Amino acid sequence: MASLLGVLFDGLAYGMLLFLVSVGLSVTLGLMNFVNLAHGAFAMLGGYVCVVLMQRWGVPFLMALPAAFVASAAAGLILERVLYRRFYRRSHLDQVLVTIGLVFMAIAVATWMFGPQQQPLRLPGALSGQWTLLGVDLNVYRCFLLVVGALLAWTLTLVLERTRFGAAVRAAVDDARVAEALGVRVTLVFQLTFAVGCGLAGLGGALGVEVLGLDPTFPLKYIVYFLLVVAVGGTGSLKGPLFAALLLGVADVAGKYYLPQVGAFILYAIMVLLLIVRPQGLVARA
Amino acid sequence: MRLRTGWLEVLFWSVLAAGYVLWPSQLPFASQVLIAGLFALSYDLILGYAGILSLGHAAYFGVGAYAAGLLAAHGWGEPISGLVAAGLVAGLAGLVTSPLVVRGTDLTRLMITTGLGLLLFELANRLGAITGGVDGLQGVEMQPLLGAWRFDIYGRTAYGYVLAVVFVLFLAARRLVRSPFGLSLRGIRGNPGRMRAIGCRVDLHLAAVYAFAAAYAGVAGALLSQTTQFVGLDVLSFSRSAELLVMLIVGGAGLLYGGFVGAAVFMIAHHYLSSLDPVYWQFWLGAGLVIIVLLGRDGILGFFHRRRSSAASAP
Repeated sequence: MASLLGVLFDGLAYGMLLFLVSVGLSVTLGLMNFVNLAHGAFAMLGGYVCVVLMQRWGVPFLMALPAAFVASAAAGLILERVLYRRFYRRSHLDQVLVTIGLVFMAIAVATWMFGPQQQPLRLPGALSGQWTLLGVDLNVYRCFLLVVGALLAWTLTLVLERTRFGAAVRAAVDDARVAEALGVRVTLVFQLTFAVGCGLAGLGGALGVEVLGLDPTFPLKYIVYFLLVVAVGGTGSLKGPLFAALLLGVADVAGKYYLPQVGAFILYAIMVLLLIVRPQGLVARA
Repeated sequence: MRLRTGWLEVLFWSVLAAGYVLWPSQLPFASQVLIAGLFALSYDLILGYAGILSLGHAAYFGVGAYAAGLLAAHGWGEPISGLVAAGLVAGLAGLVTSPLVVRGTDLTRLMITTGLGLLLFELANRLGAITGGVDGLQGVEMQPLLGAWRFDIYGRTAYGYVLAVVFVLFLAARRLVRSPFGLSLRGIRGNPGRMRAIGCRVDLHLAAVYAFAAAYAGVAGALLSQTTQFVGLDVLSFSRSAELLVMLIVGGAGLLYGGFVGAAVFMIAHHYLSSLDPVYWQFWLGAGLVIIVLLGRDGILGFFHRRRSSAASAP
């Protein structure tokens, strides 16, 4: 029983992390219909920014997290301007090629700058260790992840559903031409949305160094997970990806805990099956 | 429909046949390039002609490679029947999976093929007792080709064998894409809705070409395991699928020869750049990809093709 709760808890924390990294992709891929396979590279950037700030300049962890967000968002903003924007109307094949090219370049640059090894991260004392609650060992850092993830999901929902900017995003996605005619500056809205998505990926990457690890192959290793969150979650709302990410996190942790010999096999099988049964995602768009 | 043969085509295959004289010390590498070229040709059939975007084509390459490798490791070392068997197994795998792939949009196809590729990779990884897992499949022993030629360490027999197989399969593919079936595939790539409206059974056509291309990929994989007498887990890897896409795009999609040109350029560049520094290679691979797409994704052959046709149409 205790192990079941422990697995559930770890899985939820892991899923929350997946949600943070993938939520930006669910906007670019799900809403703007742009296949951005390089999304993981922005998460990796955030991770490296966080590690370097902490190791070389002694910046505290909680200060390095916003820096990771800002760095990835800035990188996203620049790349959107010089590269991505040219490809919104091109074919999916072109988008795949360009973003795979970016992934290769990101991996090469990361290897060149930091070497191929895993990056260590020392968590602050307040975030490490265990709490014991009703006989279940709760890792403090994973509690922190759950809280941060829930807060961010809540904030994002509020922004998207209650603010003028959120309304502009939804309008631009639904029908860019009509939105433009009504005075929404669609290019700007997409640019900012893209940047925020990249920033969240960077934040997720920084938060995830402890759980997912960080090495130059990160963008390739986890791309399937990010795509899966979007594919399963659908594009209707933020609830879809959140639900999908939590499900995926629990399934993955439980699979690795109870059936280690089968490993990732189950995950991929579920992915293929879900895509066949529900090509529009679990939570279809109304 | 008449099949015209240009002097460039004759030259292309003559140079390859003259490989024994032109690059006698590089025959094993040249065989690898030809195998990659055949694999890229099979991918060209589905991407360049039918317009199916896949990132899991290595699945069928791997199925063929393991089929041929396992046959040879369990005593069936006759190469040609092993090759045919591997092609059939991979083609069957393609046929079985085709209903999942041909329906849906680019994005669904992309994800399903990626998922299937990863699934097979994990399967081969977990079935270590059969496939050898990460250590690779050992003990692949080939009998002499046609009972006469042994596979030597200089790769002379292997080169001739690979070249002959690739040539025969190329001719068949060339015939296929210039047949009415091939033309309807181009039509489907251009506009599936209209093809359906004029009575073309789109899904059936796509399934057929998908299975056909899978068989080709399987033969390419089988050639690799027969000539190297080893099967590594990387035959199924995601990066093999991604590199395949790069090769075809570098060479030029939808032109039949693009895969061969791309494979040669890719593998030679890989050979030289990664001997300088592997990181260097990966960076320029990515940068090259971005540049090619920015320039309009014609590839090397597409570039010359366009220049020739614009020169021909000029007054």
